[in-house]
Amino acid sequence: MTIFFHELKRDRVRLIVWAAAIAFMLGISIIIYPQMTSQLEGMGDMFSEMGGFSEAFNMDKINFGEFRGYFAVECGNVLGLGGALFAALIGITALSKEERDRTAEFLLTHPVSRSHVTAQKLLAVMAQVLILNAAVALVAVLATLAIGESIDGKLFFNVFLGYLLMQLEIACVTFGLSAFIRGGGIGIGLGLAFVLYFMNILANLTDSAEFLRYITPFSYADGTAIVSSGAIEVKYLIPGIAYALIGVAAAFIKYERKDIRA
Amino acid sequence: MEAIETKRLTKFYGRARGIEDLDLTVHEGEIFGFIGPNGAGKSTTIRTLLGLIKKSGGEASVLGMDIEKKKGKLLREVGYLPSEAAFYSGMKVREVLEFSAKLRGRDCREEAKRLSERLGLDMARKVSELSLGNRKKVGIVAAMQHKPRLYILDEPTSGLDPLIQREFFSLLEERRAEGATVFLSSHVLSEIGRYCDRAGILREGRLIREDSVDKLTGTGIKRVTLQGASKLPEIDGIRDVKLTESGASFLYSGRADALIRALAALEFNDVTLTDPDVEDVFMHYYEKEGE
Repeated sequence: MTIFFHELKRDRVRLIVWAAAIAFMLGISIIIYPQMTSQLEGMGDMFSEMGGFSEAFNMDKINFGEFRGYFAVECGNVLGLGGALFAALIGITALSKEERDRTAEFLLTHPVSRSHVTAQKLLAVMAQVLILNAAVALVAVLATLAIGESIDGKLFFNVFLGYLLMQLEIACVTFGLSAFIRGGGIGIGLGLAFVLYFMNILANLTDSAEFLRYITPFSYADGTAIVSSGAIEVKYLIPGIAYALIGVAAAFIKYERKDIRA
Repeated sequence: MEAIETKRLTKFYGRARGIEDLDLTVHEGEIFGFIGPNGAGKSTTIRTLLGLIKKSGGEASVLGMDIEKKKGKLLREVGYLPSEAAFYSGMKVREVLEFSAKLRGRDCREEAKRLSERLGLDMARKVSELSLGNRKKVGIVAAMQHKPRLYILDEPTSGLDPLIQREFFSLLEERRAEGATVFLSSHVLSEIGRYCDRAGILREGRLIREDSVDKLTGTGIKRVTLQGASKLPEIDGIRDVKLTESGASFLYSGRADALIRALAALEFNDVTLTDPDVEDVFMHYYEKEGE
């Protein structure tokens, strides 16, 4: 596990900064809920009547005035997009940074196989996603208790599980891409996360873009959809798991054969 | 068993040539010099042997182990110094060396300390703050601390000051005395001449000569220096001509009697015939093969 711990140590500052930023923003959003309740009640009606805009963010389906509805929307904004960007960032750099920083030559001339390096780096990426989500969920629960709202255990679990799975999928797909590039790649990773995010918005807006739900992981990790239906949409989750597995397989196959240039 | 053996080893990067049909043999226990200018394929050969890049054809084994089938096992026995050593920024020298030892499943702290002291390397410094020469020292310690059977060193002395270079070569001599093999690439010909038992000359991806350094420098070629001569003798087999105000100097390969007869037709004050140094030999092979 030498490489696994080495990776966690190298990336610790980035993980702390991202986890703190996302947890802080979500925590603040929850803490200010009591002050916003009165305004939100009116806004709930307004959002329900706003048509396209509300549909884009699934806000027509939930009661924005209730804490659970508010929580789902805020979670989607903060943890959904923030977590996706973080997952894309660590996934796309996981393998490629060794060539970018010219450390690949050092690492790979030790008696460790390429598949061993790939596996430990993948584990490190997944561990970081897990740590970030655990920290954010903990802060969200504490903030919710602090404002005196009750915790709907099943709902919280499903919402956080949805976002966690979505981030793991994005991390696995970008990890696969990471094996093909020689550094850089941050633009590709973040760009991909944004494109997937907007695909879901597009699918919410128009039925003709329904097929996009089978491409973007934001379809099953949509807090508002989970609040209104009570569960993660399995029919969108299954292709997501398939994309993640393809990403991981591509990483192992490609990295095993890759020429490491000086 | 040979330390390194390649048969028709070939590597192409797409259409670009790296090395072609390379037949190379490095015996166990010797210090072997791999000479050639930039782009000749020295690093490509080394990187192929270490599995960083995949061969396009041919065969190669290191310490009797196939470079593809036994890659993990052979890397255990090899210490590699890249020509431009790069390490994880933010880490201290000691941490880099410990990380390297851990990847080998070894505890090399004592040896790392001993080597660092001899090379004058401060293990408490951060690698990102080090000069080129000091980074090179980190690479040397990382390549030597686990006492491998084979050292593969890609331009090991670039960036090192002369005193450290000498210390480095005496370390290599010590390791060789303990039975290790050293394979080093260089374009500094004098150090090949001084420290290596045998050498191979690489030109445009092919090995054009492989022999003992003594034989390479004793192939009947002489450096002829004529004091006070204003022109050259009219004879074939002359290369690497240097004409100065004080006289002429050139490399000659051919019969000695023919040279003496040709010289007799010239006017000069003094003549010296010496064995060529490695640099002369290198130029000799390079130009001959290039014709």
